[in-house]
Amino acid sequence: MLAPLSWLKEYVDIDVTPQELQEKLFSCGFEVEELHEAGEDISGVVVGLVETCESIPDTHLHVTTVNAGEHGTFQVCCGADNVAAGKKYPLALVGATVYATAKDHVTIEGVMTIKKGKLRGYESFGMLCSGVELGLTEDMYEGAGYNGLLALPDDAPTGADVKPIVGLDDWLFDIAVTANRPDCQSIYGIAREVAAVLGKEIREPALDFHPTDVVKDGFSVSVEAPDLCPRYIGHYVYDVKIGPSPAWMRRRLALSGMNSISNIVDITNYVLAELGQPMHAFDEDFIRGGRIVVRRAEKDEIITTLDEQEYVMNEDTLCICDAEGPVALAGVMGGLNSEIRDTTGAVLLESAKFMRDNIRHTSRALGKRTDASARFEKGVDEYTTVMAMKRALHLIEELGCGKVSGTHCDVNTGSSVDPFPMSVSIEKVNSVLGIEVPTDEIIRIMSSLGFSPKADGDRLDLMVPAYRTDIENYPDISEEVIRMYGYEHIRPTMLESARVTAGGLTLKQKTVKALKERLCAEGLFEAMHYSFFSPSDLELLGYAEDAPQRKCVRIMNPINEDLSVLRTTLAPSMMRAIERNQKAGTIDGRLFEIASRFEAKEIPLKDYPDEKETLCAGIWGSNESFFTLKGIADTVADFLGISFTYKPAKKPFMHPYQCADIFCGDEKAGYLGCVRYEMMKAFNFRTKAYILELDLSMLEKYYDTPVKFTPIPKYPVEKRDLALVMDKAVTCAQVEDVIRSSCRFVTGVKLFDVYEGAPIPEHRRSMAFTVTFTPVDEELTPEKVDSYVHKILKMLRKTLDIDLRE
Amino acid sequence: MANLEELRKKIASVRQAIQSESSGLTDTKTVYELRKSFLDKTGRVGQLMKYMKEVDPSQRAEFGKNVNELKNWALDYFNSLDEKMRAAELQRIYERENIDITMPSHRRQVGNLHPVTQVRNQLIEVFSGMGFEIYEGTEVENDYYNFTALNTPKDHPARDMQDTFYLSPEFVLRTQTSSAQIHVMEEKKPPIKILSPGKVFRSDDDATHSPMFSQMEGLVVDKGITLGDLQGMLDVFVHKVFGESTRTRLRPSYFPFTEPSVEVDVSCFECGGKGCSFCKHTGWIEVLGAGIVNRKVLQNCGIDPDEYSGLAFGIGIERVAMLKYGINNIKQLFESDLRVLNQISDRQ
Repeated sequence: MLAPLSWLKEYVDIDVTPQELQEKLFSCGFEVEELHEAGEDISGVVVGLVETCESIPDTHLHVTTVNAGEHGTFQVCCGADNVAAGKKYPLALVGATVYATAKDHVTIEGVMTIKKGKLRGYESFGMLCSGVELGLTEDMYEGAGYNGLLALPDDAPTGADVKPIVGLDDWLFDIAVTANRPDCQSIYGIAREVAAVLGKEIREPALDFHPTDVVKDGFSVSVEAPDLCPRYIGHYVYDVKIGPSPAWMRRRLALSGMNSISNIVDITNYVLAELGQPMHAFDEDFIRGGRIVVRRAEKDEIITTLDEQEYVMNEDTLCICDAEGPVALAGVMGGLNSEIRDTTGAVLLESAKFMRDNIRHTSRALGKRTDASARFEKGVDEYTTVMAMKRALHLIEELGCGKVSGTHCDVNTGSSVDPFPMSVSIEKVNSVLGIEVPTDEIIRIMSSLGFSPKADGDRLDLMVPAYRTDIENYPDISEEVIRMYGYEHIRPTMLESARVTAGGLTLKQKTVKALKERLCAEGLFEAMHYSFFSPSDLELLGYAEDAPQRKCVRIMNPINEDLSVLRTTLAPSMMRAIERNQKAGTIDGRLFEIASRFEAKEIPLKDYPDEKETLCAGIWGSNESFFTLKGIADTVADFLGISFTYKPAKKPFMHPYQCADIFCGDEKAGYLGCVRYEMMKAFNFRTKAYILELDLSMLEKYYDTPVKFTPIPKYPVEKRDLALVMDKAVTCAQVEDVIRSSCRFVTGVKLFDVYEGAPIPEHRRSMAFTVTFTPVDEELTPEKVDSYVHKILKMLRKTLDIDLRE
Repeated sequence: MANLEELRKKIASVRQAIQSESSGLTDTKTVYELRKSFLDKTGRVGQLMKYMKEVDPSQRAEFGKNVNELKNWALDYFNSLDEKMRAAELQRIYERENIDITMPSHRRQVGNLHPVTQVRNQLIEVFSGMGFEIYEGTEVENDYYNFTALNTPKDHPARDMQDTFYLSPEFVLRTQTSSAQIHVMEEKKPPIKILSPGKVFRSDDDATHSPMFSQMEGLVVDKGITLGDLQGMLDVFVHKVFGESTRTRLRPSYFPFTEPSVEVDVSCFECGGKGCSFCKHTGWIEVLGAGIVNRKVLQNCGIDPDEYSGLAFGIGIERVAMLKYGINNIKQLFESDLRVLNQISDRQ
């Protein structure tokens, strides 16, 4: 919301600096996002009286003597065609700052500092300025649009600062208005707050007008959709003379960022800025059949708007129609057919309340956002709808651009525009705040906000202004009181009346927290990736059309396709993270992420999808291998007090012989593997990468596995090293299983060497294990251990054709 | 008969031989060899006893004593020589093992928790100390919990404050962790003290916005909860996270689910509140939104607003992390760049 200080001053006497006002507004809930002087880039420009003016031969230039009062008299060269002796123009003194323009003298290219110069041998001490060079437009100051020097009034005091004379000393407040205060989406609305916070009177803009006896015969307004349009006011204005608006109105519109179009259109825009009520003016000659019908559009009904765009409407679109068809897209934009032309002789003014959700819906659906629709979306109140029509009719009389007829149509659903009574308990108001605001302060504050308060003991009677649709209950009054009284009065307390609660983390939260710390200790850095990703990454990873990973929940309105579906696996994000790191030159590293993957029961969603907590680890670089990653998996198992088994597996993006499924008991808990060469290429990896995913939601049932102490064995453990020779197809896990199952005293089987080559036959290899035997009830003698080893070897030979290496 | 004097000369010559022959020795092994050649049974000291029978019987005792003295002296001599050699040998080993202690350390790389997790843990620690339980909601949320129950019905302009990702007309990616409030209040009756951290989503993607970020919602519902309690509680949080000298400031704001609503600013910890580029010369930094729970929200959850009241606050975790560690681009938090992640270690 853009509010010029000069405009605010029309309604309130502001006797503080703009900066002080900014502070005051901030403290009562209106953040001034930007505060700047209209002429903040302009300095050192004074009123200069040209005393002599002679043309420089063979050029279009003139050399002038300019009297700048107290600043002195200067020789200045000037190229403008309207420079003349005896006239006053803005003179930028040496050292002044003004806008630099392009060759067209119109386009501003930046700010420049005036220096002493020399043109065609003539020294020049300053510059006579155009309106553009001061940042002015014709709307902001009459004559400023001329492509030449800006002529100043003859009575402008010579040598005086030019900024107050041309209105550049004004200040602009860009104010953030919260969604609960649509009544402050206007200059007057802000002025009400300014008056309250400064303790000043508010002056209402003039609303009087004088309707004539003239009526428009047979004219009628009917509202067929009162649910979308609870109020519609139309007023017929005749003897309209379309022309320019007065300078003061054009200046205010320009400062508020609006272009001047013509007096009638400007009045509607002025009222929008001043009161926050969008209005519309129809050319009455083009309202067919002398009537206005507010109704839902028919399916595929077409309207062409002012900007010559064609829109196809439907039953959700509210439109304003005449006897034959649509003449405006309600609350968004008028129709081309009834727009105000230079020849317009009579208009129908509209001030209406359209429901914010419907306008929002229409605006979104048609992709059309206007000042009016933006305002309606925030919500307007009928108090202002009524006031705006009065104000617009007053301005038509003030500008003399038409006559106010006696034809006034007001269709409404009976809502009152009078203040509504409300009673609250002062104690309750204070109970929200935790402090006791003195009652006379409460009275003062509520009175300044226009609530006409009356206190009777604990009871506070209020008359809530009709535009304050946000006020519903005593906490709203608490808020009004404290924002004006000052939040600095709140005293910190520590839940004096609340009961003690236990607090803390749940088992699951504690476990995940500790697991993360454990992974960090393993040298992994925690990553955090978006919960959504690109479906094309799943395709790139080679997941088949019918793979469960491809059954993703889609975002209906994604930012882009790369962020369009919820993750069903964390691997693609990890692959992208590795890609970014390798690109940045980090060619080895370890990352992990714990996040949810989303599994929908059905698509489209009918119910909450399952959010399954998942661990994904990604490691890369020359120090890493399948087995370093497997070590990380085993660390997780150890941490949870469980053990994993690994079975060879195939994954579309994994190395065909370096990929395994991870099992906990009989349940699949995840997978790990080395990324395929094809994928390394697709993701621009320079070094090999390994990916693991573990389903923590499945492992959650083990989080409460108790930590138990096993007493140290009474007798020493015995160890034997066995070098075994077997076919290459026999796996380490198979050997381990046989060793373990052959003897109940075996508590450890650890591979420590693998050898292939002579003298081992080509199809066989050697694996050496350290086998640990732990005594149970009695000491293990060497003889006993020897007999167990013998039994193990026999079993190995029988089941897996394994020999002891000679 | 041998003269005792002559024999004494022989003894002296053996002593001299020990001294002279040992003078160039540098290691324990040669010392040991030399010692053997003198002190073994057949060694040169022992050989002196051969002369005993040539000595006049009256002087034999004297001679034996002299040989014995030599033997004892030699033992001591060799022992001390051996000790010296051992020391010298160790010294040589030490010198061989001389290292350049300015060379880099060898160590095992240890990872860091994500900065967001670190801040999240710190906040949880602060608030669980005050009796807050941790409740983690779901990222996919029903429209009712995300908006309607939080006093933001379908046509409410506050919905414009947050650009929502829709998954279906009914389900959204939650735009705020406040949705957890409703689940908790439906399941639990007061006293309630809940902290709800989690990821939230808004369809905003530019230099300063990320479509995903993290919030931590705090909710207290009991009898007689006031804005003073909110200020007191947030003061504790701010002091613990940003330092004891940090001050807080409440200022009016608007959220549909709280009334009154406030924004909470903290005094700039770069300049101490004097104003600097970090705080855009205001002396204050916005850290969170908060307020007294709207009566309608309590009602929506079946809690009598005339009996109970509540306070709620929502902290942007990335924002706190960025402020705390001086990270200037929120996107960096989601890019997993190890050059970023390895700088933020969990010290505090």
